Amino acid sequence: MTEPALLSVEGVSVDLPTPRGNLRAVDQIDLRVGAGRTLGIVGESGCGKTMLSRAILQLLPKKAKLSGRVMFDGQDLVGLDPERLRKLRGRSLAVVFQDPMTSLNPVLTIGTQLIETLQEHLELDGNAAKRRSVELLAAVGIPAPEQRLMQYPHQLSGGMRQRVAIAIALSCEPKLLIADEPTTALDVTIQAQILDLLAREQRRRHMAMILITHDLGVVAGRTDEVAVMYAGRVVERAPTPALFKKMRMPYTEALLAAIPKIDAAPHTPLPAISGRPPDPTRPIQGCSFSPRCRYAAGQCHREKPSLAAAESLDHQYACFHPIEVAAGATA
Amino acid sequence: MMPISQPSPSRDPLLTVENLVVEYAVGGKTIHAVSDVNLQVARGETLGLVGESGCGKSTLGRAVLQLRRAVSGRVLFDGQDLTAMQGDTLRQMRRRVQLIFQDPIASLNPRRRIGDIIAEPLVISGIKDPRQREQLVRDVLGAVGLDAALVVGRLPHEFSGGQCQRICIARALVLNPEFIICDEPVSALDVSIRAQILNLLEEMKARYGLTLLFIAHDLAVVKAVSDRVAVMYLGRLCEVGPSEQLFAHPAHPYTALLIEAIPVPDPDVRPAESVAVGEPPSPMSPPSGCRFRTRCPKADRRCGDEVPELRAVAPNQFVACHHPLIATA
Repeated sequence: MTEPALLSVEGVSVDLPTPRGNLRAVDQIDLRVGAGRTLGIVGESGCGKTMLSRAILQLLPKKAKLSGRVMFDGQDLVGLDPERLRKLRGRSLAVVFQDPMTSLNPVLTIGTQLIETLQEHLELDGNAAKRRSVELLAAVGIPAPEQRLMQYPHQLSGGMRQRVAIAIALSCEPKLLIADEPTTALDVTIQAQILDLLAREQRRRHMAMILITHDLGVVAGRTDEVAVMYAGRVVERAPTPALFKKMRMPYTEALLAAIPKIDAAPHTPLPAISGRPPDPTRPIQGCSFSPRCRYAAGQCHREKPSLAAAESLDHQYACFHPIEVAAGATA
Repeated sequence: MMPISQPSPSRDPLLTVENLVVEYAVGGKTIHAVSDVNLQVARGETLGLVGESGCGKSTLGRAVLQLRRAVSGRVLFDGQDLTAMQGDTLRQMRRRVQLIFQDPIASLNPRRRIGDIIAEPLVISGIKDPRQREQLVRDVLGAVGLDAALVVGRLPHEFSGGQCQRICIARALVLNPEFIICDEPVSALDVSIRAQILNLLEEMKARYGLTLLFIAHDLAVVKAVSDRVAVMYLGRLCEVGPSEQLFAHPAHPYTALLIEAIPVPDPDVRPAESVAVGEPPSPMSPPSGCRFRTRCPKADRRCGDEVPELRAVAPNQFVACHHPLIATA
């Protein structure tokens, strides 16, 4: 881990004031993504994964308080002046959100939105930008791209809209793409197509990617490294093959076990995680997963375990009672 | 090879859907949402119904309940034709058939207390004694794993998505129905909560002796709870069969494609590159012949000319395809 990372998130916390008190959405997170690498961030709704991506992009709600450093390509994005940030976002730092309908402007044509981005960041003239737009739409698998340029977002299906959002994100050859639940709103067959598309474009452009999802199945074959988040913290982090071969954090294991297996017989009861994530405005003393954890003992309820490496430096987990036996990969 | 119009076990069907056609008129055009569908659900069985968005699976569920009237065809529930019923008779029958929706928060009235929401079906069905209603509400909340004392006086927004789905299930169960249509009941939930709700549905099925029509787009979820699975594409059934048989030996190329698209949580299993070709065409102008042919790797001229009928390929497994992936029985 000595080579300089493209993105380095250092001790980042996000606090949000709410009527019920302070809500710590992201709690002391450290992460690194190397150029051309893929990091998967996995966790349930409310675990802070989207807040973390917004903290990286400097797109937090106005009232949010951010601490720590976000080093991207040699500069700290925290406190960078808005004009320079704007130049960076869209250009070398791009994002694809879950719902393409909310990230596309409903009253502008696809063409206007693509061409605008290209002209703004790459200073192309009208014709060059239009040519480039057609190429981009073709590259993301949109049939009849010339005609699509004249269409509005509502005239496209959900999958096609997400392809357009990806085309816009890729338009300026970003160094890092943050894909925040890019396929959650889509059907399984379209999900597979979109994930393939992202992987293909990533390889072609040697672009780094952060793939945020709640589904361990989505990150398994498509990331180099995975960070599992729970209640605002990273609770386990490892290279993807190592994680699936030997999960150490009981939460990661439970998340995997809860996915229905296609080779299991019908009516096999699923090992569900009992209870639900803690209320982030009322921090839990000790490990935040302890109320739902079947291995939790005395120490877990008193002390917060820190994220630490054990047998290998790149496999870290925050747990006092890590799982000893190999688990997961055979499931 | 005999075309078979009733592809399912004929023993004691609780629900029989016969040649059902449902269409919507939109701006002078017709959406062919459900086209000539035949199905049976045996008493005590869970039938899974899968397909992509817009394939007509929700419309089929609604047409069973007569929330959307069919253009033609019949829906027999316990031997009686629901499509011929009106007003009071229909309302009486609906007591025996309930519906659970995808979005648990949106399907609860945000301004009413949980106790009132669950008691409402009881009020409508004429149970006048408030104490009896309270008792029934308490019982059903206990059954779905909620503490009635802590729940009845609160409003839906005070609960998480998973808890709201438990409340919706309680509301569906309170009249002690025989049949429940679950329309994507877990699609809006996180993995961990999803497992809880699927387990709960299985428990409730055993406890209340239910028959389920389980509609979802996720094949893995459907397999976890279903005895048999019906695969739907653009308003038509592609394949019907016992869950395990269908997963082990899919006969329709579309079923195979859906199975391949399930993300496998194992990094050694490399995702098959671009298993799916394109997107479903518009249900306003479905392709001639086999509706799946525009995305099918095996399609030929015959697929464009001739609508494939459901035919037996194995015991209880039926496929509507001119080029099935397994040899016909």
